[in-house]
This record gives sequence, C-alpha cells and structure tokens, in this order.
Amino acid sequence: MEMNQYMSVFIDEANDHLQSLNDNMLLLEQSPDDISIVQVIFRSAHTLKGMSATMGFEDLASLTHDMENVLDLIRNHKLKMNSDIFDVLFKCLDALEGMVQDIAAGGDGKRDVSDLVARLKAIVSGDSAPAPAAGAGKAPAAQPAGGQPLDTYQISILTQSIDAGFQALYIEVTLREDCLLKAARAYMVFDVLEKNGEVIQSHPSVQDIEQEKFERGFSVYYITKADPAAIQEQIARISEIDTVQVKPVTKEALQAIDVAGQIAVAAQADTAAAQAVREAPAAQAPSSAPAGTSQTAQARPQPQAPKAAASRTIRVDIERLDTLMNLFSEMLIDRVRLEQLAQEIGRGDLTETVEHMARVSADLQNIVMKLRMMPVESVFNRFPRMVRDLARSLEKKVELIITGAETELDRTVIDEIGDPLVHLLRNSVDHGIEKPEERLAAGKPETGNVYLRAYHSGNHVFIEIEDDGRGINREKVLATAIKRGVLTEEKAKTLTDNEVYMLLFASGFSTAEKVSDVSGRGVGLDVVKSKIESLGGHVTVQSELGKGSRFTIQLPLTLSIISAMQVKLGSEKYAFPLSSIVETMALNPSSIRNVHGTKMIEYRDSVIPVLSLAKLVQSPDYSEEGETETEALIIRKGDKLAAVLVDDFIGQSEIVLKTLGKYLAGNPVISGATILGDGQVALIVDPNALIK
Amino acid sequence: MAEELKVIVFTLANEEYGIEVDKVKTIERLSPITRVPHTPKFVKGVINLRGVVVPVIDLRGRFDLPETEPTDNTRVIIVSAYDLEVGFIVDSANDVIDVPVDKIESPPEVVGGVKAKYLRGVAKIGEERLLILLNLAEVLNKSEIIQLKEFGAES
Repeated sequence: MEMNQYMSVFIDEANDHLQSLNDNMLLLEQSPDDISIVQVIFRSAHTLKGMSATMGFEDLASLTHDMENVLDLIRNHKLKMNSDIFDVLFKCLDALEGMVQDIAAGGDGKRDVSDLVARLKAIVSGDSAPAPAAGAGKAPAAQPAGGQPLDTYQISILTQSIDAGFQALYIEVTLREDCLLKAARAYMVFDVLEKNGEVIQSHPSVQDIEQEKFERGFSVYYITKADPAAIQEQIARISEIDTVQVKPVTKEALQAIDVAGQIAVAAQADTAAAQAVREAPAAQAPSSAPAGTSQTAQARPQPQAPKAAASRTIRVDIERLDTLMNLFSEMLIDRVRLEQLAQEIGRGDLTETVEHMARVSADLQNIVMKLRMMPVESVFNRFPRMVRDLARSLEKKVELIITGAETELDRTVIDEIGDPLVHLLRNSVDHGIEKPEERLAAGKPETGNVYLRAYHSGNHVFIEIEDDGRGINREKVLATAIKRGVLTEEKAKTLTDNEVYMLLFASGFSTAEKVSDVSGRGVGLDVVKSKIESLGGHVTVQSELGKGSRFTIQLPLTLSIISAMQVKLGSEKYAFPLSSIVETMALNPSSIRNVHGTKMIEYRDSVIPVLSLAKLVQSPDYSEEGETETEALIIRKGDKLAAVLVDDFIGQSEIVLKTLGKYLAGNPVISGATILGDGQVALIVDPNALIK
Repeated sequence: MAEELKVIVFTLANEEYGIEVDKVKTIERLSPITRVPHTPKFVKGVINLRGVVVPVIDLRGRFDLPETEPTDNTRVIIVSAYDLEVGFIVDSANDVIDVPVDKIESPPEVVGGVKAKYLRGVAKIGEERLLILLNLAEVLNKSEIIQLKEFGAES
C-alpha cells in the first residue's frame, strides 16, 4: 500500500480518536446513564468512520458505522447500556485498534469484522422491542423494490408516472471491487439514466455518490419510457460495473411501501431519524460546514471551542526532531573542538566569542531537549483500559488511580518504558490484588486500588506502581528461590527483606501458585529489570505483608546527552556515565587481594571486587599487569560497588549518546557510542553490566 | 525491453560483485574505525558517518576470504536495508551498471570462495565479465552474528 501524504495524519488522528473512545467508554462504564459521554463517543466514532471511508478502509468504516448505530440508540434513550454492550463495544475498539495498527504497519487494514458487526446488529434489533415487528411488516412489502425508504412525495410521483404511461424501475448497480474511480463510474451510470428518463430517488444520495461516500453499490428509483432491458444493457456496458439489476415497480408495490412506510414512521420514527442524522453529518463532514441537523449542530461546537484555546501546538514529525537533535549534537562536537582551539591560540576576543557561543548552545541544548520531552500520559493512557480488562478476566475489582501523568520524559524513554510498566501493572493486578471475597475476609474494601504515579525528583523521574493487595510473602519467595536454585538455604537466612523482594527480579522466578496467562511463566520481572537498567534506571520494591507492595522505577531525565568520564586504555578511549561513578582513585597493585579467585580491594570499610577494563573490552594493546600504580574508577549500581582498572583519566565532559545501531545491538559491555571533538567514535561502557 | 537492475559494482579478491543501487546509501573512503569488543572478527567496529555511528564489517572476513591491508582504493559502501545500516569494506568500488534481469542466473554452489547462500545470482555482462549479485538479507543476517557472539563471550 502506498503511504501517501495523508496517511500519517490519518493514523495519528485515528489513534487519537481511538484513545478518546477508549477513555470515554471507561468513563461511561462508571456512569452508564450519562448521555453527554455517549454524545462524545458518538462523535469520535462518527469522525473515525468518515476518515476511514475517505481513506478507503472499508472494514474500518463499516465497523464504526454499526457501532454508531448502537450508540445512536443509546443516546436517544432507545437502549440502555449493559455489560454485554460494553463488552461488544470494547471488542470493537480492539478490532479497530488492530486495523489501525495494521494500516500503520503498511497493511491494508482489512480484517474480518462480520462477527462483531453481527453482534452489533443483534443489539440494535434485539433490544429495541418495536423494531422487529415493524421491520417485519415493512421488509416484505418493500422487498420487490429493495430496502430503501421512499417518502410519500416520491411515492406519489412514481404512482403518477405509472399512470401517465411511464415505467417505474428500481435499479441496483454494483461496481467491481477493484474499481478505482467509483464516483466517476456512478456518474456515467447516472448519465445514461438521465438521457432516457428521470431519477426519482437514489440511495445513497447523489451528493454522497459524487463524493464517493458509498461502498460498492447504489440503487435508484427511476422513471422512463425506454425498454428496461435496453437500459440494463447500456449500464452494463460501462466498464468496471459488476452487476446491474433492473426491476419494474408496480403501483401495488408502491402502495404497500406507502402503507408500510407510514406504519414504520409511526412505530419506528427513530430509525428514520437515526438515518437522517447519520447521513446529514456524513454529507457535511468534508466541507466541515458548521450548520447541520439540530442534534449535531448543538453538540459540535462544544468540544471544539476548548480544544482551540487549550493547545496551540503543531504536529511535528518525530524524524525532524531527531534530525534537529543530530545536527545539534554535531554542533556540540564542533563547540568542544573550538573551545580547545581557542585555548591553544589564546586570543582574548576569540575566547570571548567561543564562550558566548558555548552559552548560547547550552540554552539551545535545553530547548532541543525540551522539544523531545513528552508527558508520560501518552504511555499511561492505555492502562485504564488494560487494567479494566485484566480485572474482569480475573474476576477482581480494581481501580487504577493515576497521578502525575503530565510528568515529562525524553521520547526515547517513553518509547521503551511502556512494556515494563505493563508487566508491573499486570503483576500488581494478578499477584497483588486479592479476589473480592478474600479482601472482604481480610477486612479490606472489596475494590482494590492500584496507584500509578509519576513525578520528578532531582535529575530523575520516578514512576511508582503501588497496590493495596496482599503484599509479598517473604517466606514464599525464599522457598521458591531455594527450590528454583536461585540461592542456598544458608544464604536465604542472611538476606534483608529488600534483598528478598529483589529476588522477584531474578530470572526464572514466579510466585503465583497458578500460572495464568496474565503474568505467569516468571519471565516478566527479570525482563522488566533489564529493560529499565538498559534505560539507565533502576527498580526497587517495598512491601508489607497484607498491606500491599510498591514498585519504584527511577529513570534519568534524558538519555541523549549525559555527563561522562573519558578514560584512556592504550590507544583506545572509553566513556563512563558520570551518574554511576562514585570516585576516581589511584590504586597500588599490591593492595589487590585474591579472594576465592576473585580480585578484591578494601574500600571504605568494605571489600569490593576489582574489574579490569582491559580484559572486559578485550583491549589489544593495554594490560594493567606490570603497572606500579593503576588508576581506578569506583562505580556503583544500586548499593553495590566495584573498582574498574583503567589506563588513565582524560577528563569529564558532556557527551552525546549515540546507539551502536541495530546491527550491533545487545553488546554485553558497551551501551552506546559518542563522537569526540576530533570526530573519532568513543564507546560508552555500561557500568550496570559490569556489576553482577 | 527487458527489465533492468541498477547495481553498484565493487571488487573483492579479484571478483566483481554487485549490490542494488537503491540499497546503497553512500560510498565512503575508509575513515578511522573504533573497535567494538565482543563482536565477530569480521565486524571491524564503528565509524562516524557525519554524526551517525555506523558499524562496518569487512566483507572479505564475512565471506571467509583472506583479509588484506587497506589500500588507496579501499572503500566503505554504506548499505541501508532491512532496517539496518551497515558499512561494507571492499577492495574498490567504481562502477554503476544496468543488469538485465533475465541475464541473472541462480548461483552455483561456490563462486570465488563465497557460499551460494550469500548470493542472489550471477549475471554475465558482455563476453567475459561475470558479476556476482549479493543476497543482502543473508549477508546482514544477524542470527549468525549472535551465535558467534555467544561463542566469543564464552572463550
């Protein structure tokens, strides 16, 4: 499928609408009688339908169309929301989301939605009691002439024409599926028809047909003096026409429609009204004319007005921001180089200019970094829905309380943080929150609370997931850990509570008695931990048995520009993130002791392991063996320390983080690269990978 | 008029090879390479390509051909395909030609010491000129690299 210029706009907006649909459906579930929410949902669904139809995604359009029918009944008080309807509608949203994702991934957005459509139709017909009776009466009568409604005026014209010796015909035209210019073909059909007679009524309306607002076929009531067979042949000769059916309409049939129509109008005014409402805005949508039927006209301006005032923003392609960032980082590299040169040359005015440039570029850096910041909301907003579904499938009552969704994080972190959060939330709902009866027995309210909080603190952003569930059972964790061979029984006794909780993040660990498809298999949490650490953050757990647990994720504000210590190793240069360096020191090799085959040194009343950077990076031309005094970096991961032996320190500077590229992804020691002032690439060592 | 494939021609151990032009981003002279530890031997490291860090691999090493010292003719072909951006070190690169698609034949088992799975086909150009077309998906295949990496990590 060709990605044309509208496609990205379509995908963005479709996602926005889906998100709003999801949010509002959840709201509606809280207060099912609030019709104003239904109105908002209806409008989102309607816009989505219009967009999809314009872009030619028929399945999307037809599914939203049927959702709209259901919503329409609800907002007109013809139907009451119940959990069945909610389930079907949520399923529809899932299907829609799947289709939009498919489109975004370059697919054609096709999906078999017939099952959902059938269920929606069942809701529409099944729950509105008078409909089947009236419908049954109407359908057979209108059948010979097709299902479309005729008004009294049109019926009288048709009747009079028959009296005047014209033939009244009902013509149904279906276009070929691969027809490209549907409107043009339809126009050719109308051209043929109008040469030979007069079109009384068409379905969809001529206006809709001109704007290609129809699926594959359309039907018309038509009067002519020509031979029906000749007309059929003329139409069939137009290319890309699949089938043409011409049926004569008799006076009797018209009368039957008239009568049935009146019954239908009386008993089922809403259907006609619904159709009118549905069609009217569809016709307006492209021109976005403000006037319309009374219902849509009142409702529309409301959401638009606050929107215009609230955000004066423009959508910018993420790639452009990345390019800006790249260009800026190149400039940063030049700046460092200029500073060096200015220092060497030592001319006052040059130094001054370079210093001014440095200040300006520092400001620029701030702005560029801010541009890349996004509120975590974009990740959080899919969670209420997820927690709801999860709670339902586990037969638990859970309320998710989100605070600090406006907290901003670098886009790179936002992109990556979603999956770990999903894991932790699932974990809280599945393992943390108890079943309602269990909660009641423990003297807790039936509904469990899961809190999702985000906040800034210093140079970090914290995300917490807290539940008021059963908490972590120390003994159970230990028993499992011993059983799984994660640690020995003797060692288990010496562990603090926090150390025990961290065992949850060990690989191959699961405390759930039953493996559920929600968060079972014990592969989740260790993946969470490594993911968060790869983002330069870490995760901790606090828990109280019977009261609940809290998972805290600490993340750096930005990942793109960091302070780093550069070190030399023979002919090579490496960089360490300053955030994990405790201090630098000189080390006498004789102070290194051998403990059980591991090299250790004494450092501030404790014994910490000594690592050789040369060995870790397989240095070709440096080894600390034989040095009389070695430089060492003390690095930290959580509360664990280690000393890393290096050749020499170069100094500390701001560096721009670059990835090694996908081809080299997954390096065990190197987390990325940076470009130095001389244009050379230096590798960034991942301190988290060094401390086991 | 038969369909034609535009390819960049480069040499490797006296054989001529081709990569589709639309998969090639640029061709560069060899610039200083920063070695990356824990990678297979044919991964020479990373270079700075106008602000972007790009991994480079020695195509001779990739195909188990004897490696040589770089010369003035040595070039790095920056290939962008299958979501990856990788530089190939080759002996020289200096031609772009059109290959009629119907002239491409499936490769024999081994051509010039290169296994057939890395090749897309062989095209005969003119009388005596043989052009070997690379199967980039296989050349860039990462699963092999991962195996090698694990092997390297253990030793």
